[in-house]
Amino acid sequence: MAEQIGSLHFRLTKRFGGKTVLDDFALEVRGREFVTFLGPSGCGKSTALNLLAGLIPPSAGEIWLDGTRIDGLPPERRGFGMVFQNYALFPHLTVFQNIAFGLELRGWPRAEIAGRVRQMLDLVQLPGFEDRYPGQLSGGQQQRVAIARALVIQPRLLLLDEPLSNLDAKLRLEMRTEIKRLHADLGLTCIYVTHDQAEALSLSDRVVVMREGRVMQAGTPAEIHDRPQNLFVADFMGYRNFFSLTVTGGDPDGTVVGRAGPLTLAGRGAAPLPPGAAGVAAVRPEDVAVTGEPPGPNVLRGRVRLTEYLGREYDLEVILDSGQTVKARVAQPVAVGSTVGLRLPAERVVILLSEDGGGGIP
Amino acid sequence: MRGGGWRLAVFCFVLGFVLNLVGIVGHVVVSSFARRWFATPLPPDWTTAWYAYSWREFQLPQILTVTVVVAGSVTALALLLGFPAAWALARRDIRAKGALLLLYFLPLLIPQMTYGIPLATTLYRYHIGGTIVGVILANLVPMLPLAIFILLPFFEQISVNLEWAARVHGASRFQVFRRVVLPLAVPGLLTAGLLILVTTVANFELTFLLSGAGSQTLVVALYYAVFAAGMRPIYSVDAMAVIYMAIVLAILLVALRFVRPTQMVFRLDRG
Amino acid sequence: MRTEAAAAAAPLAKVRPARRLEGAGPALLVPSALYVLVMFVYPFCYGVYLSLRPGKGEGGLSVANYLAFFLDPWQARTIWVTLSLAVPNTVLTVLLALTVAYVMRRGIWLERTITTLLVLPIALGTVLVAEGINGFYGPKGWLNQLLLMAGLPDPIRLTHNYTGVMIALFVQHFPFCFLMLLGYISGIDPALEHAARVLGARPWDVFRRVLWPLIAPGAAIAFALVFVMNFGVFPSAVLVGQPAGATRTIAIAAYQQAFEHYDMSMASAIAVIMGAGQLVGLIIVLLLRGRLAATGVATMGAGKR
Ligand SMILES: Nc1ncnc2c1ncn2[C@@H]1O[C@H](COP(=O)(O)OP(=O)(O)OP(=O)(O)O)[C@@H](O)[C@H]1O
Ligand SMILES: [Mg+2]
Repeated sequence: MAEQIGSLHFRLTKRFGGKTVLDDFALEVRGREFVTFLGPSGCGKSTALNLLAGLIPPSAGEIWLDGTRIDGLPPERRGFGMVFQNYALFPHLTVFQNIAFGLELRGWPRAEIAGRVRQMLDLVQLPGFEDRYPGQLSGGQQQRVAIARALVIQPRLLLLDEPLSNLDAKLRLEMRTEIKRLHADLGLTCIYVTHDQAEALSLSDRVVVMREGRVMQAGTPAEIHDRPQNLFVADFMGYRNFFSLTVTGGDPDGTVVGRAGPLTLAGRGAAPLPPGAAGVAAVRPEDVAVTGEPPGPNVLRGRVRLTEYLGREYDLEVILDSGQTVKARVAQPVAVGSTVGLRLPAERVVILLSEDGGGGIP
Repeated sequence: MRGGGWRLAVFCFVLGFVLNLVGIVGHVVVSSFARRWFATPLPPDWTTAWYAYSWREFQLPQILTVTVVVAGSVTALALLLGFPAAWALARRDIRAKGALLLLYFLPLLIPQMTYGIPLATTLYRYHIGGTIVGVILANLVPMLPLAIFILLPFFEQISVNLEWAARVHGASRFQVFRRVVLPLAVPGLLTAGLLILVTTVANFELTFLLSGAGSQTLVVALYYAVFAAGMRPIYSVDAMAVIYMAIVLAILLVALRFVRPTQMVFRLDRG
Repeated sequence: MRTEAAAAAAPLAKVRPARRLEGAGPALLVPSALYVLVMFVYPFCYGVYLSLRPGKGEGGLSVANYLAFFLDPWQARTIWVTLSLAVPNTVLTVLLALTVAYVMRRGIWLERTITTLLVLPIALGTVLVAEGINGFYGPKGWLNQLLLMAGLPDPIRLTHNYTGVMIALFVQHFPFCFLMLLGYISGIDPALEHAARVLGARPWDVFRRVLWPLIAPGAAIAFALVFVMNFGVFPSAVLVGQPAGATRTIAIAAYQQAFEHYDMSMASAIAVIMGAGQLVGLIIVLLLRGRLAATGVATMGAGKR
């Protein structure tokens, strides 16, 4: 239904005063794609979105949409839709008037506006709410009005700035599904900003992990989740166990072997790692399994220091002889103080290039 | 159209307004140091003699004493009466809170000339008019509500839990007041005190209507001097104006360390 | 300065959970409430009563004072004089303050310095400003010197007339109104403006469709306050105006009855008329505001300045 775009590509730098908030942030977004900017608070996600929308001018860079340069256009002439973090519904206008706002500015005839607005209200499942004011709506309802208001103008590109962050956990899940559904049904092109990795993984075709205004990694959710390319992304995506090691060898299929003190660890290399290189092995607690095997490659032994019941599983904190702690998530309880064997499956271990100083090991 | 043109126009207007302020204040200051000044950009001769002159001729020692007594008393009384009221309004369920706030708000809303005349009539009838006490009592009418409205938001910010925590940890009600409430209230009291002080020093109408021969404050004396221009050299009047200005600015400078300029006027967003 | 400083306007409808602690609450309010009742409400009522007892207080109540005021052209004219100052001045002040505050809503160069300077006339008060205007705008003041240098044949008379009072009122009330509106406008969530822009609104549309409806209620209150202050103008009208002629405002008339003719009864009547004039102005503005303000309630942030 919305006018399709072929591709949007941009390369942007933004400085506030002397502080560089976006540093040559570049990306290409294809039509119908759902791209997420993911990163910790203050990394420049909102700034990037505001630059794309034209709300603030870039310090340098350009934005191209289907072969036309658009960074000189004021926001009202870009034809994008935007959903704001706190919705920014006009408090003095009813739901109907809020949604009709963009159409009125485009000079639509009244009758058609009414029809379109009804249609949008059905789409976001709010029929009958036309005459309410934003102040009389719940958070989830406000959010749906904000989405309807952005969608009704058939935006070439929909920008969403943490639209779910103000909702409670249950509603957040519901709205996540709703956004996913709208994206699929309407064939929208979306750029979505969040700092919640679960949200990013479940919604996106492509995730862009950001740090201090730079792209750390861009890829499909599975790539980001399973094959982080650096410590920052690994840490952000939930890798909790890190072992510094020296690379001793590897296979052409990408497997890398290294020694971390007395341990031998094998895993998938994020990049070609020559023997002797300093690396870091990272593994998620969910991927660590309790085992009866004797210590050997990828099998460690340690003493359980802490267990935490999570409802279905248990979080273990195991202290190794070397003094390092390993976190594991297991299905069966293990007594505190007992000694256990832990297996780090090689296909689940990622071996990254160690970044001197730029660490990220928590 | 981009906003640039508007911004420039507005900036020029503001600049013009500020220059006009500088001119207004600057004229008074320059004139007070002029031996003679007549239609030239600056006076040909400078002198500080007018300050001594006006100190003597306008009986400034006595007027300054009255000003200090009035401003000090009004500030102290306004805080003393306003503190418990603001505290109660911020802390407890007052049934007629709306009506009370309206009552306190009226003396701030209605111009002083309007209620000053009936007030003066009443106070003169009881022979309080024309005395320092009368001036203090009259000035307290707008300053007490002012104190309450400045203190109220400060007190609303202080969590009740702090008081309860102190009680739970064994403090008596008096100790809670001494050790918890009072220290927390200090910023509010300071702000309110400074603003009331500067407002009272500059408050003209009520003081004017209520003061007699021995109970004039500095603004009122200044008014009479400007009113009777020609009786005394204008330079001496301006010297008195500069003394007045110095006092107000000194208090204002301290006050502006604690308040933002927009806090010096009505807050519209609660209205 | 009269009414400045953070003061909340109307009843706050904030419901606090009931707290049944030792209930000294009402007692704490008694002294201050009593003071306002005795020193403000009572004199006001007494003034109304007095105004209805002309002469030396013999006989019953009568409206003779009011009749006398309205039938005496010298007195009745003061209403016209006051209005001719108050209305144009209020319109000018609010319009300019609104424009400047609107353009400055997202900050401006040297903002803190400018706002601080603007506090000066409020803090210094009418008397000092009047004396300064007499000098600066006077026939031998800097402004006229500049104009003569620019080639004007004669100095223009800007003081001791209607213009002088207009200048004095503007210098006093523009900063007051501007700071008030700036605090109000900067409290409006900037995201609303952004949302409107992205939806296709040009700057003018943003103002007309989004920000003006949100600003209007505040602007109306500012207008009412400035009008009320202008209507009671006294020291400027005397010191920079022509108190015996062109700028003999109603406040001057009341003052003269009280302190020159010692007719407290008539003075009270004039004060009541002055109060009524302010009330009428207030009511008109608030009625207009009711029509201006859309039904929705503005969501205001804390106000950044
Ligand atoms: N107008 C501004 N002036 C100065 N610095 C700014 C401005 N806007 C943003 N910044 C800074 O730019 C950085 C990035 O801000 P941005 O709002 O883009 O972060 P974000 O990634 O959206 O964070 P969050 O997840 O908290 O919303 C922050 O350090 C912020 O302090
Ligand atoms: Mg953000």
